Amino acid sequence: MTELLVGTKKGLFVLRGEVGAPFEIATRAFPGDVVEFATRDPRTGRYFASVTSGFYGPRVMYSDDPTGEWEQSKGPVFPKDIPDVTVKRVWIVKPGESDGVLYAGVDPAALFVSTDSGETWELNRGLWNVPTRPEWEPGLGGLALHSICPWPGDPSRLALGISAAGVWLSEDAGDTWRTGYAGLVPGYLPEDQREGAHTLCVHNMHRAPRRPERLFMQFHGSVYRSDDAGKRWNDIADGLPSGFGFPMVVDPADPDNAYVIPLTADRDRVTPGGEVRVYETRDAGGTWTAHGDGLPASETYLTILRQAFDHDGGSPLGLYFGATSGDVFGSANAGASWSTVHERLAPVTSVRVST
Amino acid sequence: MAVVRLRAPLKDRADGRPEVDLPGDSIGEVLRELERAYPRLEGWVLDEHGRIRRHVNVFVDGEKGQEETPVGPQARIHVLPSISGGRAS
Repeated sequence: MTELLVGTKKGLFVLRGEVGAPFEIATRAFPGDVVEFATRDPRTGRYFASVTSGFYGPRVMYSDDPTGEWEQSKGPVFPKDIPDVTVKRVWIVKPGESDGVLYAGVDPAALFVSTDSGETWELNRGLWNVPTRPEWEPGLGGLALHSICPWPGDPSRLALGISAAGVWLSEDAGDTWRTGYAGLVPGYLPEDQREGAHTLCVHNMHRAPRRPERLFMQFHGSVYRSDDAGKRWNDIADGLPSGFGFPMVVDPADPDNAYVIPLTADRDRVTPGGEVRVYETRDAGGTWTAHGDGLPASETYLTILRQAFDHDGGSPLGLYFGATSGDVFGSANAGASWSTVHERLAPVTSVRVST
Repeated sequence: MAVVRLRAPLKDRADGRPEVDLPGDSIGEVLRELERAYPRLEGWVLDEHGRIRRHVNVFVDGEKGQEETPVGPQARIHVLPSISGGRAS
């Protein structure tokens, strides 16, 4: 049985089932609130949900049983000596490499670290204090730290993706940070203003665990790959119907294998041509293959958000994504064929496979 | 002691109590006492810097107040979601 954590604009849906038939709703938690993101730490089995109330603010909740009671983390919140800043939204919770360590990325772009399995959180001051921060600009969704890429087996190395403030790299467990901007082309800026610009709109970034110096990125207008741990980026969007999009999956077992779901363009954020297609590369972005068997093939204009695409780590790889239409789709064979997991939930903000 | 009236979901996080008696000379002080008495409410009404959240309204004896608004010993305080609340998509 597969368990999916589906964050929506109206609560968390825990879905259980097998691809090929509709999943059942095991529970709906946090009704009425936006669940920006939910995940399970495979090391401890603990579940985390980023919950934002339009009235009562954002928070991280955790539970060892998603159908039972949830506890509220202490934080992430900004410390008293940063008095004018409050957390607006928690974009991601990511298990780290050391025991008990998790990371949280928030708006405004900041990294928080927990060393007690998510019960308390502390601001990473190194990133908060980088000198260029006053020049950072938000994307449409805010100034969002949404991608956190630990290095398997090495807790000192981290890569972060921020919209719209580029890639940030640390090799000393977050004490100091440097940029990973080289090769990224911000086509939304005038040509004479691109050189040295900080306004780099990273949409999603994932590391290939079997070759950790390799990262894949969905950018605002193209798809990139880095083979040197994020120092330099190479455009790999040739063969895609659009370079624009948000969701991305990297196969944990194959560093040449990645998936994206392109959207038409920044001005028209729907699946191109009324077709829902997942694009796969098996040669690290050299070529792309469209998969649509079982997905809507005409007159369907879906928006799939940044965190709404995930894999199950299996072989063959199971893939799952959800759309703002409230529809969730799944594939048990690495995208070769798809079926509907659930229809007409609330608008989907995130999808993560928990088992 | 002021009487603070709570509705769901705040009431649920205060052990189901619709009314709580709390000390304090201002709204800010009373709400901080509320968080101390019921830690599960921490961060819900006040943000991390002790300010009333933007989409929460606090009324003292029928008048909308702010953190520094004085609170008398017999005051009745209502904590309510603002009708301007929610969130743009």
